[in-house]
Amino acid sequence: MDFALMWEITPLLLKAAWITVTISVLGFILGLLVATILVMMRASAFRLIRWPARIYVSVIRGTPFFVQLLIFYYGGSAFGINLDAYTAGVLALGLNIGAYMSEAIRGSLLAVDNGQNEASRSLGFSRTQTMISIILPQAAGLMIRSLGVLAVILIKGSSLVSIISVVELTYQSQRIISSTYKPFEVFAVSAGLYLILIYGVISFVDWLYNRYTRYLSH
Amino acid sequence: MDSNSKDDHANTGLMLDIINVKKAFGELKVLKGIDLQVQRGQIVSIIGSSGSGKSTLLRSINHLETIDDGEIWLDGVRVNQPGMKGLAFENHINSVRQNMGMVFQQFNLFPHLSTMDNVRLAPMKLKGIGKSEATEFCMELLEKVGLEAKADTYPSHLSGGQKQRVAIARALAMQPKVMLFDEATSALDPELVEEVNLVMKQLASEHMTMLIVTHEMNFASEVSDHVLFMDQGVVCEQGPPEQLFSNPKEERTREFLKKHLQQQ
Repeated sequence: MDFALMWEITPLLLKAAWITVTISVLGFILGLLVATILVMMRASAFRLIRWPARIYVSVIRGTPFFVQLLIFYYGGSAFGINLDAYTAGVLALGLNIGAYMSEAIRGSLLAVDNGQNEASRSLGFSRTQTMISIILPQAAGLMIRSLGVLAVILIKGSSLVSIISVVELTYQSQRIISSTYKPFEVFAVSAGLYLILIYGVISFVDWLYNRYTRYLSH
Repeated sequence: MDSNSKDDHANTGLMLDIINVKKAFGELKVLKGIDLQVQRGQIVSIIGSSGSGKSTLLRSINHLETIDDGEIWLDGVRVNQPGMKGLAFENHINSVRQNMGMVFQQFNLFPHLSTMDNVRLAPMKLKGIGKSEATEFCMELLEKVGLEAKADTYPSHLSGGQKQRVAIARALAMQPKVMLFDEATSALDPELVEEVNLVMKQLASEHMTMLIVTHEMNFASEVSDHVLFMDQGVVCEQGPPEQLFSNPKEERTREFLKKHLQQQ
């Protein structure tokens, strides 16, 4: 095993890992935005607003992300919109993960006992006040966990945007391999970096969850 | 308009006036035309076996259940407004509910808020009372239920009886005109029932108007001015507790009391 090479390529891969981080963070934020809109649409009293959201979630969940990414990237030019690879990557990741996030958020909201809703409404709080002051704060604990899992899936999924030549961790690894012919060493470093990144996210999510749900234990 | 069908209603002097209320869940008729009048300061208990409709009636008064037919009046204000839709009704019911305190079997305290925040949230947000003033009078309410020492404690660290006392304080914080108790002690361990009953008795002695759905015959007989026996969605018999408990007129009431006193 060529440890010298591994040491040598680490700075290059670290730089690419930063792109993985930014693309994931932006994808996550976009996903949250999409999810919030979807959740509100699905809570609507009007079928014409509920249905598009349901169809969107079904289509996104029913097709591979890889295919969505390619449709997004090449589809843009078919309609005369030329997205650079990075933007297309962020949009595809965010629009995809948003569908899953909307289900996670909906599930968390529905998991709050209906007695909480009744107690709040019986005091005279409106639907909106109940959602903001009573339901959301309790659902947030559950959301932290499930959104954390999705953040990890998102980071791993971001490796797929290498196919549209976004120079993130996986793409950079492949580029280095084409000049060094040492796939094992390169991917080992790359995997190590993914692991550190994802373990960091998991630890952060656990910390946030524990901090947030302290009220349950003291 | 339908809501004005009884223009003189404000003058009846009744705190609660329930007229021919009907409610069905699908095919199942739960309330088959209930009438009930509660005077200001009166304490009315509703007894009956499970499925008799007594909880549904209480929940209907607070519009947690939507009734199919009939009228519900709180202190001269029509609670159910068949003609009112959407946001208008939402605003109407929110303001009506501020005058009714509801206590649930499962307490339903807000677990993410401290005891104090549970009690002062509604007066602060709904009545716009400042924090220091709200804290002051909510502390008095907590003293009243004997829990001033638990103001900063979260519900997960309270016993069932303590939770229910906080829930009563929370309902009282809106200074309601009537308190609705939906089997307030049914979920409690037997040794914790008394502390909640004591708080309710104290409220009774202060002439709070109370409507109590309960399984506890002794408590109902001790605290109420008037008792309703509900059976299969109708008021089967009603009267003062001494008469209803010791000398029931209806056969079904006798049967129910016999069964219940054997269990106790």
